[in-house]
Amino acid sequence: MKKSWIIELIRSDAKTLNILQRIWLSVFPGSRNAAQDQSDHRKIFRGLLLHFRPRTVPESTLKLSHAWGLGVMAVVLVFLLLITGLLLKFTYSPFPDRAYDSIVYLNNQIPFGQLLRNIHRWSANGLLLVVFLHFLRVFYTGAFVAPRQFNWIIGLALFTAVIFSNFTGYLLPWDQISYWAITISTSMLDYIPGVGSVLKEWILGGAEPGQATLMNFYAIHTAILPTLLLFFLSFHFWRIRKADGLTIPRSPEEDLSVPGEMAETMPHLITREVALALIVLATIVLIAMFFDAPLADKANPGLSPNPTKAPWYFMGIQEMLMHFHPIYALLVIPVLLVFGLLSIPYINYDVSTVGIWFCSHKGRKMALVAMVFSTIATIAAVLFDEFVTTTVSVGPPNVISNGLLPFAIVLLICTGFYWLVKRSFTANKNEAIQALFTLLMTAFVILTLIGTWFRGAGMQLVWGSW
Amino acid sequence: MAKEPLSRRSFLNKLWLVLGTVAFAEIIAMVFAFFKPRKPKALTADGDGIIIAGPVDNFEPGTVSAFVRGKFYLARLEDGGFLAMSRTCTHLACTVPWVSKENKFICPCHSSEFDIRGEVANPPAPRALDLYQVRIENNILQVDTARLRKRSRFSAEQVTYPKKS
Repeated sequence: MKKSWIIELIRSDAKTLNILQRIWLSVFPGSRNAAQDQSDHRKIFRGLLLHFRPRTVPESTLKLSHAWGLGVMAVVLVFLLLITGLLLKFTYSPFPDRAYDSIVYLNNQIPFGQLLRNIHRWSANGLLLVVFLHFLRVFYTGAFVAPRQFNWIIGLALFTAVIFSNFTGYLLPWDQISYWAITISTSMLDYIPGVGSVLKEWILGGAEPGQATLMNFYAIHTAILPTLLLFFLSFHFWRIRKADGLTIPRSPEEDLSVPGEMAETMPHLITREVALALIVLATIVLIAMFFDAPLADKANPGLSPNPTKAPWYFMGIQEMLMHFHPIYALLVIPVLLVFGLLSIPYINYDVSTVGIWFCSHKGRKMALVAMVFSTIATIAAVLFDEFVTTTVSVGPPNVISNGLLPFAIVLLICTGFYWLVKRSFTANKNEAIQALFTLLMTAFVILTLIGTWFRGAGMQLVWGSW
Repeated sequence: MAKEPLSRRSFLNKLWLVLGTVAFAEIIAMVFAFFKPRKPKALTADGDGIIIAGPVDNFEPGTVSAFVRGKFYLARLEDGGFLAMSRTCTHLACTVPWVSKENKFICPCHSSEFDIRGEVANPPAPRALDLYQVRIENNILQVDTARLRKRSRFSAEQVTYPKKS
C-alpha cells in the first residue's frame, strides 16, 4: 500500500509524542524535519510559503534594479489598506448628516484615530503611485509578451480597481473637497452621449450626491472593490507562477539564454521581500506621523469652493477638459487610450526584447527624446491654448473648433512623431511603439501636474499653487 | 442532409439552456431594479414640488433672487418677465452664485459665466442654465421644482410675463 508510511507515522507518533506535540505537528507539519535540524527554524513556514512561491528562483531576478520591488510594495500597501480600512469601518457612519462628524470624532477622540486615517490615506495614494510605476516597469522591460499577455490585461483590471477604490474612498469624509470633487467627476459623465447621464444617475443613486451616493460608494469601497482586488491579485500571482516567475533581466547585448544560477526562494527572495515590506511600512508610518490627511469643512451643496478639482489622478482628464470639447476629452481620447493599452501585448513586434530595459541602447535614446519632446510640446500646447486661442473664442465650446480640430492636430503630431522617429533612428517596431507610449504617458503626467499644481482660483494658470 | 429527429437528450439540453438563460435574465433584471435610482423626495411639504415665490411686485426688474430651499434663482428681466433657473452649472454641476456687482452668474469652479437670462457669457459651460417652469396666478409667482427643463440657448418663449393690469 502506498499510504502505509502515513499509518506507520501515526502509530509511531502516538507512541512517542504527547498530545500537545501532536497538535503542534498537525499545524506545522514542516517542523517534523526541523526537529532533526534545530538550526533551521525557518523550515516551519516553508510548507506554507512554498505553496505560493517556487522552491528556487533565477538568481538574476533578485536584483533590485530589475523590478524595483514594485509588485511587493503594492501588495504590502494593499494589505495595509485592508487592515486600516477594517479598523476605520468600526468608527465611520455612511450618512450625509453623520459622516463628517464621525471623521472628526475619529481624528480628535479616538486614540491613534488620526494616525489610522493618515496611514489609510497615504497608503492609498502611495498604492496608486506604486501601481503606476509597476505598470511602467512592466512596459519598459517588455514583460507583457507571451506568455504574460493576459497578465498585462489582469494588471490593467487591477489598476482600474485601485483607481476606483481610491475614488469611492474620496467621497466618504463628506467634506467640501470630497463632495465637490465627486460632483464634478461624476458630472463629466454627462458629456458622454446617450448612456452618460443614465450612468451618472445610477452611480449617484439620484440627480446629485446625497444619501444614496454615500451608501453606494461605501458599499463599493468597503465590500465590492476589496473582493475584486483580492480576486484579481490572486489571478495575477498565479499567472506569474505559470510564466515561471519574473522575466530574466539581461543587457541589450545578451541573447535570450538559459536562466543561469538558481537561488533558493527561502531565504534569498523571502528575506529581501520582508525587508522591503518593512521599509514600505516604516515610510508610510513616518509620513502619517508628520502629515495629516486633508479634511476641509463639512460638505455644503450650496457653496462650491474655488477652485474645485477632481482627485489628483483625474486631474489629467480635467486638464484635457480645459482644452478639448468634452466629447473628445471624456470619450474619444480616453477610449482610444484604454484600447491602446489593452492592445499593447497583442501587437506583432519585430524582435523579442523581454527583460531588457527600454528595448535597446537605441530605444533608451528614443524614449528620452520622446520624453523631452512631449514635455516641451505639452507645456507649449497648454500655454498656447490658454493665452492665444481662449481669448478669441467666446460662447459655448464647439465640436469642430474645440473638438475635432485640436484632436486632429494631436493625432497628426503623434503619427508624425512615430514615423519621423522610426525613420531617423532606423528603429524597429518595438522601439518606435515604446517612443510613442513614452510620448503619451509623459503628456498625461505633465497634464496631471499642471492641473494639480499650476491651476489656481477659477482654474486659471498660476505659478505654483502648492 | 436529412434533418435528424430531436432526441430526448438534445431536447432536454436545449430546454436547460433556455431555462438557464431565462433565469439569468431574471437575475440581471432584479439587480437592475434593485439599484435603480429612486426619485428624491419633493422639496415641499405637500410633495408636489411647487414653491410659492411671492407676489410679482416683490421682485424689481433687473434683479435675481436666490431660493435656497428650492435650489433655484428667480430672475426678473429688465422687461418685467420672469425666469426660474437651476443653480447648478451646466459645465460640471458646481453651484453658481449670482454676482450682482458684475450682473452675472460666475461659477467659482471653472469660471463659466452666465448673464441674467442664464445664457452662457463665458465658457467652458456648454449650455444655458436649466429652467424650472414659472406660473403666475392672481399675481402670485409659483415655481415648479419637480421638473427640470434643459435648454441650449435663451429664447424669448422661455420667459413668463405677469398679466398687464
